Amino acid sequence: MPAAALRVSNLKKAYKDVTAVNGLDLEVFPGECFGLLGPNGAGKTTTIEICEGLTEPDSGVVEVLGMQWGRHGAELRQRLGIQLQETQLSDKLTVLETIQLFRSFFRNGPSPEDAIAHVQLQEKRDARVGNLSGGQKQRLALACALVGNPDLLFLDEPTTGLDPQARRQLWDLIIQFKKDGRTIVLTTHYMDEAQQLCERVAIMDHGQAIARGTPRELIASIGVEHVVQFSVGDAALDLGTLERIPGVRSAKLEAGAAQLQVTELHQAVPALLAELTRQGLPLTELSTHSATLEDVFVSLTGRHLRDA
Amino acid sequence: MRSHPLFQLTLLRFREFVREPEAVFWNFAFPLLLTAGLGVAFRDQAPQPIPVAAVTQQLAAALRADPQLRVEERTPEAALNLLHTGRVALIAEPGPNASVVYRYDEANPDARSARLVADRAVQSAAGRSDPVPASNALVREPGSRYIDFLVPGMIGMGLMNGGMWSLVFSIVDTRRRKLLKRIVATPMPRHHYLLSFLVWRLVLLPCEVGIPLGFGVWVFGVPLRGPLWQFALLCLLGALTFGSIGLLISSRARTIEAASGIMNLVQLPMWIVSGVFFSAERFPAVVQPLVRALPLTALNDALRANMLQGSGLGQMVPQVAVLGVCMVVCFGSALKLFRWR
Repeated sequence: MPAAALRVSNLKKAYKDVTAVNGLDLEVFPGECFGLLGPNGAGKTTTIEICEGLTEPDSGVVEVLGMQWGRHGAELRQRLGIQLQETQLSDKLTVLETIQLFRSFFRNGPSPEDAIAHVQLQEKRDARVGNLSGGQKQRLALACALVGNPDLLFLDEPTTGLDPQARRQLWDLIIQFKKDGRTIVLTTHYMDEAQQLCERVAIMDHGQAIARGTPRELIASIGVEHVVQFSVGDAALDLGTLERIPGVRSAKLEAGAAQLQVTELHQAVPALLAELTRQGLPLTELSTHSATLEDVFVSLTGRHLRDA
Repeated sequence: MRSHPLFQLTLLRFREFVREPEAVFWNFAFPLLLTAGLGVAFRDQAPQPIPVAAVTQQLAAALRADPQLRVEERTPEAALNLLHTGRVALIAEPGPNASVVYRYDEANPDARSARLVADRAVQSAAGRSDPVPASNALVREPGSRYIDFLVPGMIGMGLMNGGMWSLVFSIVDTRRRKLLKRIVATPMPRHHYLLSFLVWRLVLLPCEVGIPLGFGVWVFGVPLRGPLWQFALLCLLGALTFGSIGLLISSRARTIEAASGIMNLVQLPMWIVSGVFFSAERFPAVVQPLVRALPLTALNDALRANMLQGSGLGQMVPQVAVLGVCMVVCFGSALKLFRWR
């Protein structure tokens, strides 16, 4: 195993009235894309800002590219690419001017023109930042993170607030960076994003990592492959009966619909339909999906990512 | 080609400034318009005759003999009406035994002058002759007019406004946008960021001072009697001092609203008491030490002494000391307090 690009152990950080990070351990390997997945307020941003050297931890060890902030701050800054949540770049500068400004802070890196080409903003080269769309601004922020040719890239909620098309575009860029061999640490509260981009994820809740592994491992760990959702209008359902259907692991009611955690979809669905016919219940809605990281979070915490 | 971060940061200052037309207007055009307006309003002109009313033809004729009076002949009621509405300063009416009665408000300085002039005219018309012949020599030389007082004050005020607003708005807005935090996350040396404001202030200084100064000198003939290099030094000191105050104000504020509040609190007293539009000496003796300790008072006094009296720096030690101490204290505190996120 190569030396870790980022190693965090027993990290703690408390603000006045809330513990943001509570004994976190992480290890990120060179060349991988690592995701910190969790609901808002789980401590993701605090964690990433401590790793970025912007926030002082209360205790714990942070080693970035084998160096520490206290001793190697200046050198580390040269080798990190950082994109913060909700930075608004100066509206009055053009795209090119913004990149030139950021480029001037780094010893090495691509030319401003190349950095702009990298995030596909050539057409907007001379446009004012204030006139860019949300997705374009986010791509510019990415370019600002790349101008130092970083070994390690920190992206804090890179696609939050973007429309699906802009998200997709940004994902393609991030996948491209991975192909370039950069190490990426990103935070997100979108499970599909983590699943798409990350080799490994850590699921965070209340300042701790409650699960770690590849998305596939994590999904496999809950022992459920599929989720079946259905509703029967206003009719009452007996959960006990549902749980006895072959292939169903557990059942629960949520917002008027029934949700079944299923291991064998091909057995469970016909059996469910037969059971509903036997009880004379009308099926008004039926959907299935493969288990996702969202389902992992639900099974670990009993809450959903978005409303946690 | 990688350019120097300080150059890029200064360029950022320049771009943010010129791409904000309001900033350019408030910085350059506004003080110019104000100076021009006040200069015209208070320009030297022959004193206007004082309007007075007379209720008899005889009195009116006597008063008309004096060019310093503009006389209206009216009935007593009409004259009283004019007096009460402020359109005349005084009424001359006949009294008992061929005497004259002057009706006027003694709290009105115009009316008191009118009383003296009118009485002199009436007495002359009645045949009085002056035992001592008298003539006038009028003084109207540059350096003692209102515009001469005003221009140094406008330069001082411009240095205060420019130094504080540009810095405070730029820094607080950068912090509010979380851009400050983002910039600090790069390898940029932090002192470059602060230094860029200093460099930008120095670039702007010749225009900021030169425009009102040139305007005053060429249009109104305001004198510049002191050594020019000392004048430049005073402007530089003033710019740095107000820049330091601006830096201190912006060192922690997170919103423009909070910063504007503090800035108004700091600037407003100086606009009023520091002798921009009228002399600071008009304030009571008890508050004079306080007024003198304000940096804008010190700067205005020093600029006036240089321009109008031709004094050297040696005669401005207290003023230079006030500015210097203020600068060092504010700059030092700002560096200690500055919130980089």
